[in-house]
Amino acid sequence: MFPSDGFLSQPKMSLGQKLLHLHWLFVILLTLTASIGFAMLYSAAGGDFDPWASRQMVRFGVGLVGMIVVALTDIRLWLRYAYAFYFLVLALLVAVEISGFVGMGAQRWISLGFFNVQPSELMKVAMVLALARYFHGGSIEDVGRPLFLLPPAFMVGVPAVLILRQPDLGTTLMLGLASIAMFFAAGVRMWKFVVLGGLGLVSAPVAWFALLRDYQKQRILTFINPESDTLGSGYHIIQSKIALGSGGTFGKGFMQGTQSHLNFLPEKQTDFIFTMLAEEFGLVGGLTLIALYTLLLVYGLVISMSSRNHFGRLVGIGVTMTFFLYIFINVAMVMGLIPVVGVPLPLVSYGGTAMLTLLFGFGLLLCVHIHRDLTIGRRDSGDEM
Amino acid sequence: MHRDSERHKLFSRRALMLGAGQGALLSALVGRMYYLQVIESARYVTLADENRINLRLLAPPRGAIIDRRGRAMAGNEQNYRVVIIPEQAGDVEHTLNLLSLIVPLSPGERRRIRREVKRKRAFVPITVRENLEWAEVARIEVNSPDLPGILIDVGQSRNYTFGPETAHVLGYVAAVSEKELTGDPLLELPGFRIGKAGVERVYDLALRGAGGSSQVEVNALGRVIRELDRQEGQPGAEVRLTIDLQLQRYITERLGDLSASVVVVDVFTGEVMALVSTPSFDPNAFNTGLSQAEWESLVSNPKAPLTNKAIAGQYAPGSTFKMAVALAALEKGAVTPDTHIFCSGSTKLGNSEFHCWKRGGHGTLDLQGALEQSCDVYFYEVARRTGIERIGAMARRLGLGTSLGLDLPGEKGGLVPSNDWKLGAIGTPWQLGETMIAGIGQGYILATPLQLAIMTARIANGGRAVTPRLTVDQVREAGVTPFLKVEADSLGIIPEHLAQVRRGMERVVNSPSGTAYRARISETEHRMAGKSGTVQVRRISKAERETGVVKNKDLPWKERDHALFVAFAPLDNPRFSVSVVVEHGGGGSSVAAPIARDTLAEVQRLAPLLSTKTDQEA
Repeated sequence: MFPSDGFLSQPKMSLGQKLLHLHWLFVILLTLTASIGFAMLYSAAGGDFDPWASRQMVRFGVGLVGMIVVALTDIRLWLRYAYAFYFLVLALLVAVEISGFVGMGAQRWISLGFFNVQPSELMKVAMVLALARYFHGGSIEDVGRPLFLLPPAFMVGVPAVLILRQPDLGTTLMLGLASIAMFFAAGVRMWKFVVLGGLGLVSAPVAWFALLRDYQKQRILTFINPESDTLGSGYHIIQSKIALGSGGTFGKGFMQGTQSHLNFLPEKQTDFIFTMLAEEFGLVGGLTLIALYTLLLVYGLVISMSSRNHFGRLVGIGVTMTFFLYIFINVAMVMGLIPVVGVPLPLVSYGGTAMLTLLFGFGLLLCVHIHRDLTIGRRDSGDEM
Repeated sequence: MHRDSERHKLFSRRALMLGAGQGALLSALVGRMYYLQVIESARYVTLADENRINLRLLAPPRGAIIDRRGRAMAGNEQNYRVVIIPEQAGDVEHTLNLLSLIVPLSPGERRRIRREVKRKRAFVPITVRENLEWAEVARIEVNSPDLPGILIDVGQSRNYTFGPETAHVLGYVAAVSEKELTGDPLLELPGFRIGKAGVERVYDLALRGAGGSSQVEVNALGRVIRELDRQEGQPGAEVRLTIDLQLQRYITERLGDLSASVVVVDVFTGEVMALVSTPSFDPNAFNTGLSQAEWESLVSNPKAPLTNKAIAGQYAPGSTFKMAVALAALEKGAVTPDTHIFCSGSTKLGNSEFHCWKRGGHGTLDLQGALEQSCDVYFYEVARRTGIERIGAMARRLGLGTSLGLDLPGEKGGLVPSNDWKLGAIGTPWQLGETMIAGIGQGYILATPLQLAIMTARIANGGRAVTPRLTVDQVREAGVTPFLKVEADSLGIIPEHLAQVRRGMERVVNSPSGTAYRARISETEHRMAGKSGTVQVRRISKAERETGVVKNKDLPWKERDHALFVAFAPLDNPRFSVSVVVEHGGGGSSVAAPIARDTLAEVQRLAPLLSTKTDQEA
């Protein structure tokens, strides 16, 4: 129903055309970043590909292929099934909650036979898609109406509470912040965020007593004064700062990080891998990685802004924001700027779940890029492909 | 399209604002990194080093103790221990069950191990059993695939080759007690042993050596990753004793189960060639720890196995003291060698009657004859004429009355009484009768077997003030240096007087009428001279004396006389002196003299081998 003014806006592109328009530079930057991770995992194992580096490389390879597959799909497919996907993941979250009640304690995993999925991770992507579809369908005027904002607020609130109950503070935080960023990018008025912030401050004491588990409270208290408990919860932060600080400008050299290799550093292959990088390669190494991340973020923003369809823009900003939150929360945590929350360093930390989420998200981002010139009507829900 | 471009503009504005926010936050991260890694870096480098370097002490091997001919008396032996590392064992209980098929473990041991497993970190080895037999070690090693986390560990423990035979000389080592901590960190090492008695204690610092240290890199759990630096300690010095192991063992065997002591010294150097006190104890047992029952049986034994009687036993010297009385009298001129005194079997002073050991009396005797037959009446009279002060002074010159400074702990000084001493200690003035009693070596006077051997040596060597010593070289904390001075100072006793006394001692053994004629050495070049002593430990009442003194063998052990004998040999060119004290043994000439004879015969038989000089060169 909309006129098209070029082959790129045509409903269908050939596979070859799509491959040609894939953002290859972005893929290369991703691979470079992940390679830093491989090197650090090799070092963490004391100079061995086993047990972490080799598996991480296989995962990244498989994930990269999956990412390109996602990138090559028609973006309208994601528009059409956004809600369906969201509700599927929400159902999985509820299932986890119930099986958790049944007897496993804190459970975040669901077994799908051949592999395990963590619904809270999938929710990060599902939420981006669902919110993008919702705001894609609303006009500027709609976004101005408070009632219009109620459904998406529930769409965020329900899974957020479920995940917080798991309990997984880090994921909840990321989900909430990424969603707020999408509300913001969709054009929700500034004053509404100010009110929300005010309400948050007022309700913080309620959350403290009603929602947070003891260990989560402990982490926050520890963050406020880490030196009070050097061998308990504050230990991680202090050891991480020692490792980082002793790295200096140029670091101790590859595989020479004494604090990491002597196990003073906890979880060096996962959440604290940035510390290890900064210990072994110093300020220079840390800045290099942050520069790579910055480039990826800039490309993410550029891709988002250059999309000619609103769904694409919102998916782009949602993915970029999620990526940024991974980076910021993790790095700020290891440097003692925020409390210890279990958030891995994207593309670098060992672990399959976050890698899967991220490459899925980047696949969507690249998909947005390929379909940047495709226009999709506000009321078009992707049914006409 | 118009609506969408409006949306697009708003979106782009908001996206740029988000981008700016991200940029600001990332800049904050970079700033924090700069702060930690550049500005505060030095502080964290220091913290990192403290994190990972741990200093450990290395115990030095304890110095060996050897005899004068270089034979091992005390050394270190490999001590095989079996340890369990809980982390590697996994199921500790199961592993211990399997291990107890080889090394039976008592419920008490199991409890101790369980307690330690709980208390210590999982990678710290816990001792299951020490001092394993070689067969047990072999069986554990063979079965090691089925015993995860079980390791054989080799430590060093002190070993005394001849246990009880040298225990009183060497002493023993044991764990450091709270009071003995001096701040030396070596002493705080678990399992460290220090000398608690004997040579081990006197020369503990030299034997101990100096501890080394090892700087190790540890991880956050304290597990050792690698060694960064190692400084070897100084092994303990080897201490060479003047004891001849063969002689020491010979005498120990000769004494059997008597409660006795024998000291053999070189009359010119004062080197103690044997120092035996029986019964003895096993010093190796002290190393591993004694049970309560074992300890109590040692302590309650009436023959006092833990006391080194040779230096800590104080006895009235009895007739062996008569040489000192004779020398004092000759020096004063109270008697000459020709002074003849008649013995009727007793003498009187006021209302008191002083008896000779021979009921019928000896008739008329000169000095040598009185020594030969050990006439008490003769010496009552000589003492009366000489006075306690002159006797006491001579006794002190001969080495009695004060400790001789032997390098062993617990040496007693004995007692040489005087008027002043009695006023101070008892509060009444000295009586003449007490002087007469002192003339036969009874009463207040006390001497150790070591002092008697030194007294005899000083008589035999022509009046030189030899002092006893136990080591061939001077042992200091820093190490071992040779003794410089060889010849001892003269005591200023007129040689003719000494010759008279020696002649009397010669006749004791070699004259058919001497008290110890039966204990003579018949080989001419090995002949000895000596003096017996028999010391009452009970009062003989007047009634008993009239009905006939009860024979020793009819008395309970504790009431029998002490038997003493001092001697030197060879007769013509004295080289060795010996003192023998047999507690409650009976007669000095019948019990102690044969032991002295056998000892001197043995030491002279060994004499060609005894020089430490030739051994050092060999």
